[in-house]
Amino acid sequence: MKTILEGSMAIAETVNACKPGVVSAYPITPQTHIVEELAKLKADGDADFEYVLAESECAAASIVQGATAMGVRSYSATSSQGLLLMTEVLYNIAGMRLPLVLTDANRAVSAPINIWNDQQDVMVIRDAGWIMLFGETVQEVCDLHILAYKVSEKVLIPAMVNLDGFVLTHVVEPVDIPGAKEVKAYLPDYNFKERLDVNNPLTLGAFATPEYYFEIRQELHEDLVNSKKIISQEMRNFKKVFKRSLNLVEYYGDKNADTVIVAMGSVLGTIKEAVDELRKQGKKVGVLKIVSFRPFPEEEIIKALSKAKNIAVIDKSISLGTEGILATELRRILKKNIVSFVLGLGGRDITKEMIKKVFVSVKKEKLIFLGR
Amino acid sequence: MKLPLSVKPGTTSKVKTGNWRPLEYPEIDHEKCIGCAMCERACPEGICFSTGLKNKSGKTFFEKDLDYCKGCGLCEHVCPVQAIIMKEEKK
Amino acid sequence: MKNYKAPLSHLLNPGHSACAGCGMIIAYRLVLDAAGKDVIVTNATGCSEVTTTQYPMTSFKIPWIHGLFENPSAIASGIVAALKYRKDEKTKVIAIGGDGATFDIGLGLISGMWERNDDVLYVCFDNEAYQNTGYQSSGATPLDANTSTTPPGKKSLGSKQGKKDMVAIALAHHIPYVATTTTGYPLDIVAKVKKALSIKGSKYLQIYTPCVPGWGIEPKDTMNVSQLAVQSGYYPIIAFENGQLTAKMKIKKIPVEDFLKNQKRFKHLFKGERFKEEGRGEIPRIQALADENISKYQLT
Repeated sequence: MKTILEGSMAIAETVNACKPGVVSAYPITPQTHIVEELAKLKADGDADFEYVLAESECAAASIVQGATAMGVRSYSATSSQGLLLMTEVLYNIAGMRLPLVLTDANRAVSAPINIWNDQQDVMVIRDAGWIMLFGETVQEVCDLHILAYKVSEKVLIPAMVNLDGFVLTHVVEPVDIPGAKEVKAYLPDYNFKERLDVNNPLTLGAFATPEYYFEIRQELHEDLVNSKKIISQEMRNFKKVFKRSLNLVEYYGDKNADTVIVAMGSVLGTIKEAVDELRKQGKKVGVLKIVSFRPFPEEEIIKALSKAKNIAVIDKSISLGTEGILATELRRILKKNIVSFVLGLGGRDITKEMIKKVFVSVKKEKLIFLGR
Repeated sequence: MKLPLSVKPGTTSKVKTGNWRPLEYPEIDHEKCIGCAMCERACPEGICFSTGLKNKSGKTFFEKDLDYCKGCGLCEHVCPVQAIIMKEEKK
Repeated sequence: MKNYKAPLSHLLNPGHSACAGCGMIIAYRLVLDAAGKDVIVTNATGCSEVTTTQYPMTSFKIPWIHGLFENPSAIASGIVAALKYRKDEKTKVIAIGGDGATFDIGLGLISGMWERNDDVLYVCFDNEAYQNTGYQSSGATPLDANTSTTPPGKKSLGSKQGKKDMVAIALAHHIPYVATTTTGYPLDIVAKVKKALSIKGSKYLQIYTPCVPGWGIEPKDTMNVSQLAVQSGYYPIIAFENGQLTAKMKIKKIPVEDFLKNQKRFKHLFKGERFKEEGRGEIPRIQALADENISKYQLT
């Protein structure tokens, strides 16, 4: 259904179309409109799910963990401090191989306290064994939620769908939200074989001694790496059903560019506009958008950047003490001139002028903080 | 995903904790037993049980499974008629 | 000597690694048998899961999940929501935690579950310390107890903090059923579990479960020491329905000293030159706590 909606509402409508059975969340700016809209849908009789008011994010994550372990599709959303508070549970969910989809309205982390957008929060779980997807537009973010449920339930790895807080949660845009019937054509019912069931009384969450733990963790790693193939496949299936493209990575601009700017999330909109202006001035520049951060699509990135000599990685996060996180990931797979640019922390505005500065600074140091 | 993370029910019964017993084992006098089931309730391993067999007084007497008994002595302690005595075990 | 093979008919199988004489595992088996097979259990980290679910084995014969230390209550809330979604009115949910998980780290999440009045029976195995990790003090550790983080010494007589009143906290949430019981009275455990599961809404059952190594008792003393705790008024056995006291175990009123003296965790109050004066002085303080319970709940 084509409509004009605030980003948060669009996500709530999309999640509702995926027919979860249990929704539980704790409010935190800027995720609040998502969970409020879900409450409204429930109150108006437009949703079937049980809506559980959680008293903290640790509780919200635990509640959806219990529900998904029962074989009931579940959902939660959070941001920043909330994500940090539920981190223990998120690691536990992934380790237990429970499918789940969560939304993170990306926001800066304390201290100092700051409610505006950057991507530091979700980076806290990059080692936890979660699928991590980043959307550039509201439409893409909505579509990624549907894809995430399908993939997560297939590979038994939970998925976090990321959107820039305020920038995408509070913007009002035209979107096409599929109805429950359309989603059902793509997303089958959730059937968790090892679910809690009195007719098949299994134990979940046993403790693993050194004799067993190692291979269990190794398998989570390997399955996460291999989930890339499933994600690719499901992106193709998604296009067949919904007629919209989703990709692990997307290249924009000059195919033979010496300099390529790499980024994730809504900032790509600004980058592409700046790049258009640079190209009009005769500069050769390309943009690589990364949608799947975990699993990290190594082959696709190497291929897309094969002609590039200089890579400017724009991170809205930083591994304090080293450099931008996406930059580190790229350095791991590419032996090219990679410069880490950290922008936008704490909601600091990123302008086209700043992107142009990035473009000209790419031969200088290894790490540049570009505040203005 | 190949490694099953869920565990099938009741599988600790493979572990015969009877080898934990340090010195004593419980001996049950079938004729004294009145079938009150206090020993069954008190047994931490849950292996004191009704045999379903009757003694000369017509009471269904209880027994214990020494494969699992850790020798705690609670059965001797709770038995109201002293039908259970902890005896020295010859290894 | 002939060996008889146990039919393994309980919902908790043997072969677990609980200590000989463990008060907790006795209570656990009684709780599960009283609940029956149509029950799903969530469990906190602690002895109750470490002794029973060492991968790839489990003692449990009901569906069971262990997440983390603080969250069996919240996971249970999620399971209840899933059952509601499926319109399943038959399956019951029990959340289990030790005193550390319940009184301390999990308190906030339990409060949330009780505020929602989720249809969950929360069972706390109260052995008055973080016994599994080496007897460290918890919010349930009573006055003067010797724990590894409140050891007696030249400048200390053991725990300086009293026991948190979890029953009062439960009652403050206005949940329909709150009760205490203990390993020493197994039929009371069975009756209270059955009673609790017949009530819709949140229920709290606190079970006093002696810990053989943590309390410093002999395995065969488990039943007896918990009975002494009750008969001295130290640990009242009470039950509340909708906030009203509806049942209590009347006691013989023995001196609290009889309960304290055979446990190594209180022996510093009775032995040694330095403790003769000061340690002896603590006994009346503890007796006063027991007397307060007796008077408050009219236990004699």
